[in-house]
Amino acid sequence: MLIKTKTGLEIPSSEITPKYLYESRRQFIKGVATLAAGSVLAACSPQFGGAGAGEETAVSSDQTTTQSTNTAGKTTATADELGDPLNSYQDITNFNNYYEFTQDKQGVASAAADYKTTPWEVEISGLVNNPGVFGVEDLLSQFDQEERVYRLRCVEGWSMVIPWNGFPLRKLLELVEPTSDAQYVRFETVYDPDNMPGQKSPWFTWPYVEGLTVDEAMNDLTLMATGLYGEQLLPQNGAPIRLVVPWKYGFKNIKSIVKIELTDTQPTSLWMEAAPNEYGFYANVNPNVDHPRWSQATERRIGELSRRPTLMFNGYEEQVAYLYEGIDLKENF
Amino acid sequence: MTIKIAPKTTRHILQWLTHVGSLLPLALLLWDFWVGQLGPNPIQALTIRTGDTAVTLLLLSLAVTPLNIIFGWKQILPLRKPLGLYAFLYVVVHFLIFTWLDYGLNLALIVDEVVNKRFALVGFTAFLLLIPLAATSTRWAMRKLGKNWKRLHQMVYFIGILAIIHYLWAVKTVTTKPFVFTIILVLLLVVRIKPVKQAIISLRRNWEKRAVRQASSTI
Repeated sequence: MLIKTKTGLEIPSSEITPKYLYESRRQFIKGVATLAAGSVLAACSPQFGGAGAGEETAVSSDQTTTQSTNTAGKTTATADELGDPLNSYQDITNFNNYYEFTQDKQGVASAAADYKTTPWEVEISGLVNNPGVFGVEDLLSQFDQEERVYRLRCVEGWSMVIPWNGFPLRKLLELVEPTSDAQYVRFETVYDPDNMPGQKSPWFTWPYVEGLTVDEAMNDLTLMATGLYGEQLLPQNGAPIRLVVPWKYGFKNIKSIVKIELTDTQPTSLWMEAAPNEYGFYANVNPNVDHPRWSQATERRIGELSRRPTLMFNGYEEQVAYLYEGIDLKENF
Repeated sequence: MTIKIAPKTTRHILQWLTHVGSLLPLALLLWDFWVGQLGPNPIQALTIRTGDTAVTLLLLSLAVTPLNIIFGWKQILPLRKPLGLYAFLYVVVHFLIFTWLDYGLNLALIVDEVVNKRFALVGFTAFLLLIPLAATSTRWAMRKLGKNWKRLHQMVYFIGILAIIHYLWAVKTVTTKPFVFTIILVLLLVVRIKPVKQAIISLRRNWEKRAVRQASSTI
């Protein structure tokens, strides 16, 4: 397969961070210091213990794990490549956007606790030479599970660092062999309104759909995740298999996938359907392209008090900028 | 047989319910903050909960007059003032969380957010407009301003509209709760339109008369 190398057309960092952010950095730090000094309540509250303060008992779920510390499971990583610490297992498994269960981010863990994800099959169809139905167990035994520490940046303005386990989507696509006509990959979440009460909500067109270009799907960063912190995914995190595209906003990372289809037309995602002028097909993390209603220049890392500047392509510019050469990212948001 | 409660007692009970009900969300918030139950993203939780309560109290204060029009509950009229003031309290806390906790008093970021982002601009405008209303909520100010007091305080309808727009624009996309809030505001405003208001009042009076007549005929 074709391995794309870096193009040398790297965007200088002066272009990716808005000027005012640079200029106001001192003020920013000062503000944070004032905040830390002045906020007696915050200092006393266990709430602000930082990313490692996950000492309360973990998820009420009886499966997989009862670990309650930051270092649940088999992970050796402690930080991402930028040196920022991992978010705790507790935080990652108790703060989820998963509208199929509930719109309350802290309620997903309990709402999804009993959701059955075994057995599970993923159907791959469309413009491929070897379509088929794959059991998740088979995929797990067929592909080596890698650990990938990725930043996840939600379109709402918060972020986490998560140690995923999984395999590159590329490997799965190489197995089914997309035809030369295939340009897009369309993903679909399971449709199960009896067990996913949120799917009865009339405000969205269910099931959840997401999409990538084939080039995006073939990028080495694009991961089919089956676990985190060395443990199998819990239902609230999209068990048993989900997409992770770390340079895009969190909603692109479709959960509990049952269908993958290769097409020659651009898939319309659930969010594009809900608000086409606000949520685009690409949804790349980009501090210079705001959401029509709020700024994307900064974000709050879960576990931190102050905001931090959002990085171009969520800090994965070197690996993915080539995908968007000559594309107007304001137009193609 | 009905138990007669003195109007004064009713008034006191209603006042206490208003105070307790309005302060309860703040107490729960402080408690959750203290014991660390705000979840992994406590600042977002604080923002959402204070915002929710502020909008709810504002709608409740706007609901007092329409409820009197529809049901003739004169005794609830004095609740407008405390409900409005408590709404203002939550707006102030909401604003402090946004500027201080969330943005660390970074003026460049805050100004950018308020000026360039319509949802923040609308919310900020509503906050600014509430200040003179809260400041003139005393009897003294009422006397001092005379007719102008009423004119000034009619701004609360406009503020209610701004608050709901702020809410609608702040969520990822409209779902049930913001939709219900919008419908309630629209209904509360419609009841105040003169012909609608008069129609409702005459309907109620007719109904009351009939009820009285029926009651006397059965005796």
